[in-house]
Amino acid sequence: MSKFSLLVARDLRLALRQGGDAAMVIGFFVLTVILFPFGVGPEPQLLQRIAPGIIWVTALLAALLSLERLFQADYEDGSLEALVLLPLPLEAQVLAKCLAHWLVTGLPLTLVAPLLGLLLHLDLAGYPALVLGMALGTPILSLLGAIGAALSLGARRGGVLLSLMVLPLYIPVLIFGVAAVEAESAGLAARPHLLLLAALLLAALALVPFAAAGALRQAVE
Amino acid sequence: MFRLANPNRFMNWSGKLLPWCAAATAILLGLGTWLALFVAPPDYQQGEAVRIMYVHVPAAWMASFVYAVMAISSAVALIWRHPLADIAARQSAPLGAGFTLVCLVSGSLWGKPMWGTFWVWDARLTSVLVLFFLYLGYIALVNAFDEPTRGNRAGAILALVGAVNLPIIKFSVDWWNTLHQPASVFRLGGPTIAASMLWPLLIMALGFTLFFVTLLLLRMRSALMAAKLRALRIQQSQSLAA
Repeated sequence: MSKFSLLVARDLRLALRQGGDAAMVIGFFVLTVILFPFGVGPEPQLLQRIAPGIIWVTALLAALLSLERLFQADYEDGSLEALVLLPLPLEAQVLAKCLAHWLVTGLPLTLVAPLLGLLLHLDLAGYPALVLGMALGTPILSLLGAIGAALSLGARRGGVLLSLMVLPLYIPVLIFGVAAVEAESAGLAARPHLLLLAALLLAALALVPFAAAGALRQAVE
Repeated sequence: MFRLANPNRFMNWSGKLLPWCAAATAILLGLGTWLALFVAPPDYQQGEAVRIMYVHVPAAWMASFVYAVMAISSAVALIWRHPLADIAARQSAPLGAGFTLVCLVSGSLWGKPMWGTFWVWDARLTSVLVLFFLYLGYIALVNAFDEPTRGNRAGAILALVGAVNLPIIKFSVDWWNTLHQPASVFRLGGPTIAASMLWPLLIMALGFTLFFVTLLLLRMRSALMAAKLRALRIQQSQSLAA
């Protein structure tokens, strides 16, 4: 097994054994979405109109909620300092950690999203775009979040700080994710929006590791 | 650049430059305000309300200009470990946030008589609002650490990430806006602006820029003095203990 997959496996094992990380994120996601019909009323037309927005915004918040776990535990028990010394570049480690994080948060979110679409009377044509968009968009959330999580290590009031830093960066993902679903339900092609999401993902994959690794270095220095 | 990096030398030349900057700022802003309020003609459509432009537009320019200053100083701080660049980036952030807030508030006050509403989810307004939150995130991050150097380093990385993201956010907001509402209401009297209005605007813009330079020099000087004071206090308490 390569060092990269070892690191992914370690993070997955930690997340699954400590338990409930993915379950908590999903629980938050479902519960928050369910709050909206209480807030805006149960009319199917209204819910159908705002369903993509609700699902995406809530997914953003759910992803944000789980970010603190990305490096915080390693930072607190000192294993981050050991990881920096590994013969695997820190940039690759960031990618491994993001992959593990996505597998326990982004992937479950993507899988649950259609069920929530059902609850909100999402237009039938919108489902493929929703799932594909989430599959392309949630890794970006993990990656951009990794920068914020690395920067806020050792900071006071880390959680609030993290949301203030990361949420503005999430806006493009939200815009294209929602636009893809809305385009499909309006009878237009979701393809351009999905392609833009894919472009964002590729750019994030290429650039984020350097920024996050830089942030980690200055955190353990 | 490196010769000026020495904080002592910086204190020296900035102290000499500061009164001139302050005087030029006062003259330009005074002249600009007088031109804008009394000399420039009212707009044929917007009437007297157009005078808000002379505050709003320079503030909007400064909002993005200061972010550029912040990003460049952060890059310099990260690459060359330039001691003054750290301070420049950190000290310009609250100024940039201030200009952005002035831009938002004056725009909203201008919007009420012109469009009949304080806020429109127009692409430009939205991106300025996002810029404001980027500033706030940066300020929150640099102040969140017990050691100031740690905050500066983290802030420098965040400022660069924000600088890469700003065009993406701007583009996506434009895209989003054209999806939701076809024509933008935001049009500054078209591409041609009368010379009688352009001159006061340019003088105000120059005044705003000098105002920023003056405040930045002042803030950098006081930050350096505060650091020196802290070092002296530590030295003093150590010699007392010994």
